[in-house]
Amino acid sequence: MSTSAIILAVLAIAIAAYALARRKAAGIAAAETGKLHSMPSYHGAYGLFWAALPALLALCAWLILSPILATQDMRSLYPDDLGPQLSAFPGVADDMTRAIAEGIRRMPDAVRATVHQMPIAELSPLLAGLGVPVASAAQDWMIPAALQRIAFDDWSRLAMTIVVIGLALAGAAFALSRIRLRLTARNRVEAVIRSFLVLASTIAVLTTAGIVFSMLFEAMEFFHMVPITDFLFGTVWDPRFAAAGTNASGQFGLVPLLAGTLYIAFVAMLVAVPIGLFAAVYMAEYANNRVRSVVKPLLEVLAGIPTIVYGFFALITVGPFLRDISADINGLLTGTYGSFIQAQSILTAGLVMGIMLIPFVSSLSDDIITAVPRSLRDGSLGLGATRSETVKRVILPAALPGIVSALLLTMSRAIGETMIVVLAAGIAANITINPFEAMTTVTVKIVSQLTGDLDFTSPQSLVAFALGLTLFAITLILNVVALYIVRKYREQYD
Amino acid sequence: MMENVSFASTGAHARPVDLPVKMHGRKVEVFYGQKQALHGVDLEIPERQVTALIGPSGCGKSTFLRCLNRMNDTVEGARVVGDITLDGEDIYNKNIDVVELRARVGMVFQKPNPFPKSIFENVAYGPKIHGLAKNKAHLREIVETSLKRAGLFEEVKDRLDEPGTGLSGGQQQRLCIARAIAVSPEVILMDEPCSALDPIATATVEELIDELKQNYTIVIVTHSMQQAARVSQRTAMFHLGRIVEVGPTEKMFSNPDDKRTQDYITGRFG
Repeated sequence: MSTSAIILAVLAIAIAAYALARRKAAGIAAAETGKLHSMPSYHGAYGLFWAALPALLALCAWLILSPILATQDMRSLYPDDLGPQLSAFPGVADDMTRAIAEGIRRMPDAVRATVHQMPIAELSPLLAGLGVPVASAAQDWMIPAALQRIAFDDWSRLAMTIVVIGLALAGAAFALSRIRLRLTARNRVEAVIRSFLVLASTIAVLTTAGIVFSMLFEAMEFFHMVPITDFLFGTVWDPRFAAAGTNASGQFGLVPLLAGTLYIAFVAMLVAVPIGLFAAVYMAEYANNRVRSVVKPLLEVLAGIPTIVYGFFALITVGPFLRDISADINGLLTGTYGSFIQAQSILTAGLVMGIMLIPFVSSLSDDIITAVPRSLRDGSLGLGATRSETVKRVILPAALPGIVSALLLTMSRAIGETMIVVLAAGIAANITINPFEAMTTVTVKIVSQLTGDLDFTSPQSLVAFALGLTLFAITLILNVVALYIVRKYREQYD
Repeated sequence: MMENVSFASTGAHARPVDLPVKMHGRKVEVFYGQKQALHGVDLEIPERQVTALIGPSGCGKSTFLRCLNRMNDTVEGARVVGDITLDGEDIYNKNIDVVELRARVGMVFQKPNPFPKSIFENVAYGPKIHGLAKNKAHLREIVETSLKRAGLFEEVKDRLDEPGTGLSGGQQQRLCIARAIAVSPEVILMDEPCSALDPIATATVEELIDELKQNYTIVIVTHSMQQAARVSQRTAMFHLGRIVEVGPTEKMFSNPDDKRTQDYITGRFG
């Protein structure tokens, strides 16, 4: 039976168990005196869980363990010496054998019976004809190993089908036998639901940890090749290409990338924070419902535009516009019409990224400002303060911790933004304080290091993990700072 | 601009009392969107007296109170018809500066609402925005006087820099009263100022209201009949957006003219 068929069978048994358990509970309630501890549907769920959960758990365990054991079993038929190429990579031999097994499975039975006598040279074209290409390094001894594998897998699947369906039936029977008037089915179902929820949050946490650790280990590998001090304090970014055979690595200085990241994010925040914050104040404090109901969704449309669209808006419109206008200004001031703003510049990227961030700032701040209790507004207005005095002296101070954390969230987004920078600021890793020149960011370099042919043993590719780790560290620090500010402020007031 | 009138409004037996009128509402109607909350309310507020507005929930007494310093302007969709005068001047006139009006007619709210600032800054807020203090020493003096008048100074004089939100409920409400006093208003509106306080704090605030009437005209909305009887000199009974009876408090509580007033103050409805 295929895995999906087994799962369907288990579910069918579970649903039957639900119906039977429910009916039995209802029957007991009708026949006996006294009150059922839990409602019949809880008894049903109790039956359902007993039928489904042990069986599905066993299925998972089996699906994980069986291939491992099958490979062990298969390897017992390998010769002691796998040959010059394969002995270094026994995993490759496993893969090839498994492919052969897969091919043999697809053969008609008559051909299959003769397989054990064939040499590999004869078998390979047959397999290729069935859509399973086998590498030329395949050896004769792989054929008996493949047959062994087929036998093991067939046995394993049969056993799995029997065990899993048996467990489902046994679970259902057990649950049905336990149903009584005073069975605490409701509490037991609650415990199962609770463990589902715990499982979900555990998966979320473990995934995060997994990502961080995988980045950490790859980055460590990078730091074996390039000293960490060269990475952190190097001022030149020149990774060279990972050409075959060259071990002469380039220079991996983080400083120009980090400077570019922070510079562009800074310019973007310079644009987004005042505009976004003022827009939020207007929406929350001044606009009437009619204006708000029109303008707020419009602003949020801005947040829905994909960043690549902003990117070519920058490339095609904003960049050339700034370049031309700078030429005009230059001409008016000095008489020579040369543009001092490059088409791809920090200013362009910052400006466009800032526009992209406006809805983030305004919509987060709007929620925070609206959450300030109305009584504070009334108190201030009742003392004869104007609206702007109320905003400046009461509402913004009260909303400050929330606004700061909103801004740090926005900052994290600015730091992580890639597409706008690629198109608007270029990919040249410079160090400059002139906002009219090109610069690039950490994320852009991660993309460019991971595009094309990859060799995950070369520092040119591994540096991406070190860069990723750096970004992670920066956003982590931003979040910690945000938490600290919020907590400190909370202790003071409230 | 003071007009002296006799307070013989709805009740036939109301004794005429000659007192200067501080505020006067005539045919006041208030709409929240389509819903009409007040149906032509006439009420005179005598100077340096405590006027209590009573009545069951939703009867419009808080709405009327909020008309007196135009706090209803801040409610979206609210519309006020009729006229209300302060010292004979129409406060809904276009030439009236709302900000200035609210400095003259202060307000204390149902729930104590100190700003998330220090005790000192809470009281200094009004004087600062209106530029009432000549210098820092003067500001300090205003703050201390206001706190003293609100009967809070002795309790907080050593911790003026601590947040006002850290005080107890009763202290917070007295802080809000001090904050209102600090801008030297002529009228103080109180919207159920004691409803969030325990009996001891309530007693303190009531004593304070009694003292404040020497300098200020006070209008108080209350749900407590005892409180209205204890602190006010005049009482207006609201019902379904209209005033059913208004007169001296003593008379209202001993011998009301209107059946509904009698039922309400004896606890038969509301």
